[in-house]
Formats: sequence, structure tokens, C-alpha cells
Amino acid sequence: MKKTIIVFSGDLDKALAAFIIANGAAAMGDDVTMFFTFWALNILRKPQAPAHKKSFLQGMFGGMMPKGPAKLGISKMNFGGMGAKMMRRVMRQQNVNSLEELIQTAREQGVKMIACTMSMDVLGFKEDELVDGLEYAGVATYLGEADESNVSLFI
Amino acid sequence: MSVTELSAIQPQKTVDARGTSCPGPILAAKKGIVEVKVGEIMAVLATDSGTKKDLPAWAKKMGHEYLGEMEESGYLKLFVKRMK
Repeated sequence: MKKTIIVFSGDLDKALAAFIIANGAAAMGDDVTMFFTFWALNILRKPQAPAHKKSFLQGMFGGMMPKGPAKLGISKMNFGGMGAKMMRRVMRQQNVNSLEELIQTAREQGVKMIACTMSMDVLGFKEDELVDGLEYAGVATYLGEADESNVSLFI
Repeated sequence: MSVTELSAIQPQKTVDARGTSCPGPILAAKKGIVEVKVGEIMAVLATDSGTKKDLPAWAKKMGHEYLGEMEESGYLKLFVKRMK
């Protein structure tokens, strides 16, 4: 039975939770669809993306927000990025997969990832600024997928 | 199954998920189970203590039979019989 996950947050800890659940569900034989909206689009950003002409505010957003999983902060005790670094170190010590590894595993397991086009427009992200292999859609696509699923999470 | 019965099992395949944490052992089980035939037994080695609960839940969901687990020195050995 399908599981759908709305990933709204762009925090490292919450992104980890979303991808651990997605990978667990896929390993249990379920179809999984992840719908990335708003801050969560930062998880999908390429560290180096082609430049685009953007409005002043979109340029500011783009410049100030994290470019990809390696740059994400944690939702508590981030301390300007130090917290995230320490969290990553502790997780490595505890043999927890990194977010990058979990994303890769999710792809290998066929987890479907959809980027919200409305949020992309708001934040000024073009398709080539996000990683490859995504689908691009809106709320109706999410709701259509949610209708076919028995679990839907908002993270 | 009792530990004595479990220790007598000669699994057709052993997957080593030691050192990985959630959901690593389940991912390893998913990859490993297709490499044994229906009716054969796979052993999973794991250090993540949650695997004791997670692997039976996985087996139930996937329609396989969970036979049990035993403590080895510093890790768990868990047995699943492929049923379909």
C-alpha cells in the first residue's frame, strides 16, 4: 500500500526523518511518493547550479538558503551551523546513514520525488537548479497520490 | 523457535548488516531475501537492537516467516524463511 510524505521543512533532522521513513516503507514493499514543498526544496538543490536572472528578492532567497543536503541546519540548537556539524559527527559515530546516502538509497529503491512548482516559482528555483530525476507538479498530484495511499505524513 | 533450534539452522544465505542502523538491516533483508529460494532461510546479522522488532514486522508485511533471533557475541543473528 502506498505511503505519501509531504516534506515541508528544510531542516536536516526533519529531512532525515522523512527519508528514513521513506526508505523503510520502500524496503517493506510499499510505493512511496515524497512531495517537496517550500523550505524542503533546499534539500533538492544542487550545490552548484547554473545562474539565472532572478528578481532581487528571489536572488536573496537563493543566495541565503542552503544549497543541498550538506548545507542544511538542524531545527534546534543549530548555533549558526555548528549544531548541524556536531549532529552529523555524532550520527556518523552511531553509524546512522547520512542524508546524502539516504537520498541515494531512496532513489535506488524507486521512491518517487515530486517538487512543488508553486514553491519553486515563489523561491525562484528553476528545474536545473534542483537535482535530476524529480517530477514537477502541484497539490492535485499530491492529493491524487494521497487518495491511493493509507499513510500520509507532513514533515 | 528456541535458541537450540535456531543455532542448528544452516541458512542458505547470510546478510551482514552489522554496523548499520535503522533502516539498514531492513534494506539488507530486502536485498538478501530475493537471493534465496522460496522455503529457504536467510540469516541477518545486525548490531542495531531495534532489528529484533523491525525484522519480524518486515517479514510479516512481506509475507515471510520470521523464525527468531539469537544473541551472538556483540551482535544479533536473526532468521527469516522466504515464503513467496
